[in-house]
Amino acid sequence: MITFSDLSFAAPILALTVTVLLVMVAEAFRVGSSRFSFFLTLTGLTAAALIAGKGAGTRGAAFQDMVVVDGPTSVLTIIICGTGIVSTLLSRSYLELRGSHRSEFYMLVLFAVVGMILMASAGDLIIVFLGIELMSICLYVLAGFFRTRDVGNESALKYFLLGAFSTGFLLYGIALVYGTTGTTNLSLIGSAYAGVANQPLFLLGVGLLMVGLSFKVAAVPFHMWAPDVYEGAPTVVTGLMATGAKTAAFGAFAAVFLRTFDPAGSTTADVLALLAAASMVVGNIIAIAQTNLKRMLAYSSIAHAGYMLSGIAAGSVEGQNGVILYLAAYAATTLGAFGIVGWLERETGEGTSLEEYAGLSKHQPVIAALMALFMFSLTGIPPFAGFIGKYSVFLAAVRADMTWLAVVGVLTSAVSAYYYLRVVVMMYFREREGDVIRLPNFSIMLALAISAFFVVVLGVLPSIVLDIVAPGL
Amino acid sequence: MEPTASMTSSILSWTIFLPLAGVVVLAAMKNAQVRSVKIVGCTASVVTFAVSLFLWFGYDAAAGGFQFVERVAWISSLNISYHVGIDGLSLLLILLTTVLTPLALIGTWNSITNRVRDYTIMILVLEVAMVGVFAALDLFLFYVFWEAMLIPMVFIIGMWGGQDRVYAAVKFFLYTLVGSLLMLVAILALGYAASQMPGGQFTTNLLDLYAVGPRLASSIQLWMFLAFALSFAIKVPVFPLHTWLPDAHVQAPTAGSVLLAGVLLKMGTFGFMRYCLPLFPEAALRAMPYVATLAVISIVYGALVAMVQTDIKKLVAYSSVSHLGFVMLGIFSMTEEGMQGAMIQMVNHGLSTGALFLLVGMVYDRTHTRTIDDYGGLAKVMPVFAAAFLFISLSSIGLPGLNGFVGEFLVLLGAFRSTALHSTAYAAIAATGVILSAVYMLWMYQRVMLGPTRESGKYGGNYVFDIGRREIGVLVAIAVLVVWIGVYPASLLTKSAGTARNLIHMMDQMQRGQMPRYAESPIELLPGTAR
Repeated sequence: MITFSDLSFAAPILALTVTVLLVMVAEAFRVGSSRFSFFLTLTGLTAAALIAGKGAGTRGAAFQDMVVVDGPTSVLTIIICGTGIVSTLLSRSYLELRGSHRSEFYMLVLFAVVGMILMASAGDLIIVFLGIELMSICLYVLAGFFRTRDVGNESALKYFLLGAFSTGFLLYGIALVYGTTGTTNLSLIGSAYAGVANQPLFLLGVGLLMVGLSFKVAAVPFHMWAPDVYEGAPTVVTGLMATGAKTAAFGAFAAVFLRTFDPAGSTTADVLALLAAASMVVGNIIAIAQTNLKRMLAYSSIAHAGYMLSGIAAGSVEGQNGVILYLAAYAATTLGAFGIVGWLERETGEGTSLEEYAGLSKHQPVIAALMALFMFSLTGIPPFAGFIGKYSVFLAAVRADMTWLAVVGVLTSAVSAYYYLRVVVMMYFREREGDVIRLPNFSIMLALAISAFFVVVLGVLPSIVLDIVAPGL
Repeated sequence: MEPTASMTSSILSWTIFLPLAGVVVLAAMKNAQVRSVKIVGCTASVVTFAVSLFLWFGYDAAAGGFQFVERVAWISSLNISYHVGIDGLSLLLILLTTVLTPLALIGTWNSITNRVRDYTIMILVLEVAMVGVFAALDLFLFYVFWEAMLIPMVFIIGMWGGQDRVYAAVKFFLYTLVGSLLMLVAILALGYAASQMPGGQFTTNLLDLYAVGPRLASSIQLWMFLAFALSFAIKVPVFPLHTWLPDAHVQAPTAGSVLLAGVLLKMGTFGFMRYCLPLFPEAALRAMPYVATLAVISIVYGALVAMVQTDIKKLVAYSSVSHLGFVMLGIFSMTEEGMQGAMIQMVNHGLSTGALFLLVGMVYDRTHTRTIDDYGGLAKVMPVFAAAFLFISLSSIGLPGLNGFVGEFLVLLGAFRSTALHSTAYAAIAATGVILSAVYMLWMYQRVMLGPTRESGKYGGNYVFDIGRREIGVLVAIAVLVVWIGVYPASLLTKSAGTARNLIHMMDQMQRGQMPRYAESPIELLPGTAR
């Protein structure tokens, strides 16, 4: 029986679903052009974000605890909608320039966003799985959206094969957890946790869940797909994969590993800490060797998954809040960076190498300043958002007696400073031969402005997120 | 509340953030509006200086302690507040900053020709960060200012610097970042330790943590001390962590060098006095002989290396290593004289070395060379400049009656009388640094200023002319301060006395074992022990 409260708690998801149906109908009857779809998509995403923001104070569950609404999930929903909005804004001219501006793109983005929100607000393992599938299938298609481009097809196929593989792990894990606890409902699993925590089959299930989710967040050693897929996919899609999909996957991670299991001080926490450390080290060190900015950001996203995993490994409420704050900061920063990469990229897919950024500050001072802002934020230099994100996850790690993890975190941050700074050096300290042909248009500037706004505001006033996530603390 | 009262009570915040008003105005301007940009920049920094004078005259030295304290909840869920306040030490350094920033801008009025607006913005942002570092009473806030300082500085070096500016900028950035990141972990661990105290909670409030740090177990204290000290020692810089300094100094534009030497290096020595010593007194005592040794090495090594430099700017840069060694020795002599000397020496070095960099910049603007061999007989061509150079050199050497003497004398006195150091050898060896400084400065003066003029009349391929009114004005302003401190140091020493006495008192208690300890077991904070 569907009640009104079910509908109201699921309102953001419903709003997006209605939007996607409208886009489909409009496309089918040729009522509007792809420009119409663009505006419709933006409206739908904004509405969903506003609805989620309005309900941020409430707590509850919809559809027999299938979807959970509370502070953390509201914030995650807003972040995901935000990544959708910014990606959409970036997409239009990107697609128009490449002659692929079609409504299907926006439908897929909307469906993917619905999947992401489901993952982030899941109250049941089945919903986690459904959300992952909905999101992933859309992203597989989006990765190969330029049908005639080989790298895109390679990217899509690779993403599909490895994604399907990881989903298998996840599903097997869900089955084992269900087998030992008799339920897929997360809160019921949580109450049964103490009784089954040491059963081998349950632990195997937990391990498989961890593997499946680690694939989705691209944590070492399950990161192999990320660089190729990120590099081959259209840059606007890469942006969405690196931010929205990661936010969703971490939302699911937090729902399963923080709110359901109680990993603090257990072997699970130690394994998560090792994954975190490995991601930070490997991601940052390999990123140094990259000369392609898209690939560099891919490795950087692996490293950032490591930082966020340290918050999960801490296994505390602080850890969860830290991860959410980190996600908000990371999403704003990384989307902005990918936006600039996509803007500068040529129609052929070239033009993402570091050399292309030489002397950018002379020709496009505003864009260069924004890119510098994003790079400093990714490094974790205060007063920008990236810093407060790192601060809060390291804080959680230290308080969970994992000071070593925080030490690994700061040392690898120092490593990361080298390659982020290299972009700044290119833009500001090097001269350019020839002009920058491309001029930014309104929707791109709006997207970058939104990103930059949050990078600064979250850095100075992180309370706007923390107070929703943890009211009354 | 009356408006005047709220204005006075937030005067410190005004001092910190006023330069941002200039930044906002500048952001609306264009790089091409060179003259207006410069006027806005100078106005913002001069007004900031004027406001900071309220701090100087309002600080009650007799009362001591932290004054002008402001505290506003900031990130409540992480228990972080915007908490600022100043004691005598902060007061001196904030004034030094607000004095040097306008002087650096005016003194290099014509040195920067490209992207003047961006440059001025960077200098003003740097000023905010510098004053903020000295005023912060919350470790989170302190860290934010401390790190934020990197961004403007790396641009100043990298965009307006010399030939190898990119290398120098990157090295500066990475070097200082690596040091401070470990400090971040120590800050978190310290806050965590506070939450382990009975009835305690996680905090980054410095005044609360002053009661926590000293109670930590020795081994933990030592680790945290090292994490903080590494960050500060890189900034000072203490031998052998000084290698970024010559590169950064030589490549930075003049105003960058002035602020780098004048203020940024003091952030390191300030950090030792504000954080390392009072937070971890036991560890500081244990580390004392090693730090003092490194300080003495810095003094002698810096001076010896300065002597053999062929580049004037590099010579001044290495002399900073030597001078800052005195400051470190003064702090770690753990005597009141030493601490007082260290504080006044920070101000002195800021003024003298700042002025030296300005002078080098002035002559470089004319000749475009910094190689000593390219000069000779400059005094005949630029007599006013030569006189100013001599005056500042003498101040840097420590001629009695000028400022440098007071600081070095007090430091050596403190090191000599220090019971904690157990040896007068430190003072004895350090004293040679005074002689060596005379050698390298005067020898450089001789080679550059005296002797026959160049036959062509050109230096570095350019005809030179003496300094003008603007430049003279800036130098006179510094010279007045130099003489004032030299003749009447008490005006500064009374302000800083409270800080020195507090530190000494704390160290004494520590040595006599009277430090209040938390029960029998000091807080353990090793990974895994709390499981």
